[in-house]
Amino acid sequence: MNAGHSISDVSFVFPTAEQIWRVLVLEEYNTRVVILGVMALGIAAGIVGTFLLLRKRALTADALSHATLPGITVAFMVMVGLGMQGKSMFGLMVGAFIFGCVGVLLILGIRRTTILKDDAAIGIVLSVLFGLGLCLLRLATEMPTGNAAGLNGFIFGKASSMVAGDTKAISIVAICIGVIVLTLRKEFTALCFDEKFGAAQGWPILRLDIVLMSLVAIVTVIALQSVGLVLAVAMLIVPAASARYWCTKIGSLLLVSALIGCLGGWLGGVVSALVPRMPTGPVIVLVCGGWFVFSFIFGPVNGIVVRLWKVWRLNRRVAMQHILRAMFEVSSEDTLCNFESIANTRSWPQTQVKRLLSRLERHRFATRKGNCWSLTALGMAEAKRVVRNHRLWETYLINFADIAPNHVDRDADMIEHVLGTSMVEKLEALLGNDPITTSPHPLGERG
Amino acid sequence: MIWTPIDTWICVIASLCAAACVLPGCILVLRRMSLMGDAISHTVLPGIAIAFLVTGSREPTAMLIGAVIIGLLTAFLVQAIETLGKIETGAAIGIVFTVLFAAGLVLMRQAVDHVDIDPDCVLYGAVEFAYFDQITIGSWAVPRAAVVNGVALIANAIIILIFYKEFKITSFDSALAMTQGIRPSTMHYLLMTMTAATAVAAFETVGSILVIAMLIVPASAAYLLTDKYGAMFLIAIAIAIVGSIGGHISAVTIPPVFGFSGTSTAGAMAVVVGFLFFLTWIFSPKHGVWSAAMRRKRVQQDIIREDILGLLWRLEERSRENSDISFENALCIPKRSVKRAIRHLQKLGNICLEYPLWRLTEQGRKEAALIVRSHRLWETYLDKHFPQDVYQLHQSAERLEHVTSTQMQSRLGDAEKDPHGSKVPPSPDN
Repeated sequence: MNAGHSISDVSFVFPTAEQIWRVLVLEEYNTRVVILGVMALGIAAGIVGTFLLLRKRALTADALSHATLPGITVAFMVMVGLGMQGKSMFGLMVGAFIFGCVGVLLILGIRRTTILKDDAAIGIVLSVLFGLGLCLLRLATEMPTGNAAGLNGFIFGKASSMVAGDTKAISIVAICIGVIVLTLRKEFTALCFDEKFGAAQGWPILRLDIVLMSLVAIVTVIALQSVGLVLAVAMLIVPAASARYWCTKIGSLLLVSALIGCLGGWLGGVVSALVPRMPTGPVIVLVCGGWFVFSFIFGPVNGIVVRLWKVWRLNRRVAMQHILRAMFEVSSEDTLCNFESIANTRSWPQTQVKRLLSRLERHRFATRKGNCWSLTALGMAEAKRVVRNHRLWETYLINFADIAPNHVDRDADMIEHVLGTSMVEKLEALLGNDPITTSPHPLGERG
Repeated sequence: MIWTPIDTWICVIASLCAAACVLPGCILVLRRMSLMGDAISHTVLPGIAIAFLVTGSREPTAMLIGAVIIGLLTAFLVQAIETLGKIETGAAIGIVFTVLFAAGLVLMRQAVDHVDIDPDCVLYGAVEFAYFDQITIGSWAVPRAAVVNGVALIANAIIILIFYKEFKITSFDSALAMTQGIRPSTMHYLLMTMTAATAVAAFETVGSILVIAMLIVPASAAYLLTDKYGAMFLIAIAIAIVGSIGGHISAVTIPPVFGFSGTSTAGAMAVVVGFLFFLTWIFSPKHGVWSAAMRRKRVQQDIIREDILGLLWRLEERSRENSDISFENALCIPKRSVKRAIRHLQKLGNICLEYPLWRLTEQGRKEAALIVRSHRLWETYLDKHFPQDVYQLHQSAERLEHVTSTQMQSRLGDAEKDPHGSKVPPSPDN
C-alpha cells in the first residue's frame, strides 16, 4: 500500500466485523458482481472438470487455456482493423474459443501422426502458441487505435474489471453447461469410463468427445477474465480432484465438485475483497488448493488418514492372529509356553510380543501364570480357526501347486488372514473335511 | 535495421540459455515427463518470491536455492499425490503447479511495492535488456545473464556426461536400471534439480514460457529426426540455437514490414522454434508426415506397376489383344496413376508400345511371370491350408503377390495349376 514500508511489512488493517459482514452477504455492488461471477464460474468449471479429469485430459485443458492468448490478440487486431470497438468482450471470447480449439486439434494431430506422446504434444502446443500470443500482444499494444492496454489482464486475470454484464453472461453460460451436462450425463459417463461400450451402444463417441472439449473450451474462456489463462485449468481440475476423495458415484461427484468450485469462488472473492493486495484469481485457486489438501488428507474415500487407519487395523488383526497361532503351535509341542518360546517362533521385536500378549489378555484370549501363558477357551477357538486356515492353505499348495513342504509356510502366512468362509468351504471340499490336526511340515523348519 | 553488439549479446544469451534447457529437456521428453518441466518452470515463481520475502534482497544464490527447493518439492508432491492420492499424473501435475503458482502470485503481490520483478516479467523475461546488466570478468565486461546461463549450460553438460549411461538406462528401461544397481528415483530427482536450476537461471532473462519451449520443443523435434540417444542431444542443441538466433532476427525484422517497431523476443524465439518443430513434423526423413505419405505413395506406385505387368501377362496367356481394354477399368485405378506407371515401365524397359498396343518386352515378361507365379502359388497354398470359396482366394493372393520374394515363393511349394485351373508360370531358376 504505502510505499516506504520495509520489505517484511505485510501487515494490514484488519477489516472490521461490519466490513466482513457486508462482503460476506454481498452487500457492496462491486464485490457482489465479482463474487457472483466467480461462483457461477466455479460451478460450471466443477461440473465440466469432473468429466475432464475422468477423461484424463487435465493438461490438455492447460494447453487449451494457454492457446487462447493468440486468439484474444488476433480477435482484438481483427476488430480494430475492421474499425470496431477492439475490446468487445464477446469478440475476444470468440477468438479465444477458436484458438483454444485449434490448440486441442494440434495436440491430437501431433499425437496421431508422430511418435511423440501426449506430454510432449501438450508442451509444444502450450509454449509455442503462448509465445505467439506474446508476440502478437506486443504488436497489439503498438496499434495506434483500440487501446490494447487491458489485454494482458487475461494472462493473470483481473476480476476487478468484471461488470454486471460479464457476471450475467457467465451465469447464463454456467446454466447452459449444467443443462447440457445433465442431459448428456449418461453418454459422458460412458465416454470417460468405457468408450468402447458407448460405441457399441451406437452413441457418436467422437462427437461426444468434441462436445466435451468444447465445453472445456467455453469454461476456460469465461474463466479468462477472473482467473486468467495461466490458472484457468486449476478451476477445472482442482475442485474435481478434491471431490474424488468424498464420493465415488458420478452424480455426487458432479454435485460435490460444483459445490467446491462455487465455495472456492465465494471464499476467494471474499478474501480478496477484504485483504489488500490479494489478486482474486490466485486466491480462488489457493482456496480450492487448500480444500484439495484437506480432502487429500481427511477425505473418506482414499484419503490419507482413512487409508492409514485401514492399514493400521489390518496390521493389528494380522499381528493378533500371528501370536495366536504362535501360542497354539508352542503349546501343542509340549514345551513350556513362556514368553521366550513365543518370541522365538518368528522374528519379531520383543516389545511387540509383550504388547500383543497384553492385548490378548485384555481380550480374554489368554491368561498368564507367572511367566507361563495359556490360551483361554475363547482364544483356543480363534487360534484353532487361524491355524486351520493356515494348514488348509499349506496342504492345498503342497497338493495342487506342487510346492515343497518347507516352502509353503510363508505363503500361507499371508493368505491365512484373508480366507473367507466360502473359500474355506471350497478348500474343505477339495481337501476333505478332516480337521487338520498336524502341520504338513515340521514346525521347527521354517522356509 | 542495424545489427549492434546488443543484438549479438541477445543471441548469445538466448542460445546459451536454450542449450542449457535442451540438455535436461531431451531426457524429460524421452522419459515422457515433459510436463514436469512445464510445472517446474512455473513453480520457480513461488520459489523466488519466498526467497525474496525471506532474505529481503535479490541475492541470486538465495533465489537459486529457493527455486530449486520448490522445484524438488513440486516433483515430490506430484509423486505423492499420484501414488498416495490415486490421481493420474497429468492431473497431479496440474494441481501442484497451479496451486504453487497461485501462491507465488499472491506472495509477489504482497511484496509488489518493493520488488522490481513482476509476474509478467516471469513469463516473458527481458532478454532485450539483459545486455545492460553487466559484470566484469578479468578485464571483460560481460552481461551477467550470459555468465549465469553459461554456467548453467556447463553444469548441465557435466552432469549429463557423468551420468550419461545412467540417464540412458533409466530413460528407456527403469526396471533394467534397478537390476544394474542404478536407483531410478535418484536419477529422477537429479533431473528435477537440473530442470529447476536451469529454469531459475533462465527465467530472469528469457522468462518461463521460453524455458518451457526450449525444454520441450527442440528435444521433440530431435526425437523425430534421430533414433540415437547421443545424437538427439546434439541435434536438439542445434535446433535450439537456430531457433534462438532466428527468433531474435525475426523479432526485429518482421514486425517493421507491417509498420510495427518490434515484438517480444522471447515470444518470437518460441514461435521460431515451434516453426522448426513444424518443419520436422512434416519433413523428417524417418517420422515426418510428408515422408510417410511419400513412402505410401511409392509402395502404391510399385503395386500399380506390378498389376499392369500382371494384367499384360494374363492377356498374352489368353492370347487376347489389349486394344479393347483400358487399364484403369480393369484395375480400378485412376487414369493418372496408370499413365505414370506406364511411363515408368517403359523407361525401365519392361513394356514397349507397338502402336496401338502395349506389349511386354522379354525382361518385362520375366518380371510379370514372377508376379503371376506368386499370385497363383498363394492361391494354391491358401486353398490347401485354409479352404474357402475359390473366388475369395483371389483377393488375398492379389495382396500377397506384391510382398512375396523368390525365397518365399520356393517355400510356398510348387504346383502345376492353381485352384482356378490356370497354369502356374515356372520358376525362373529351372
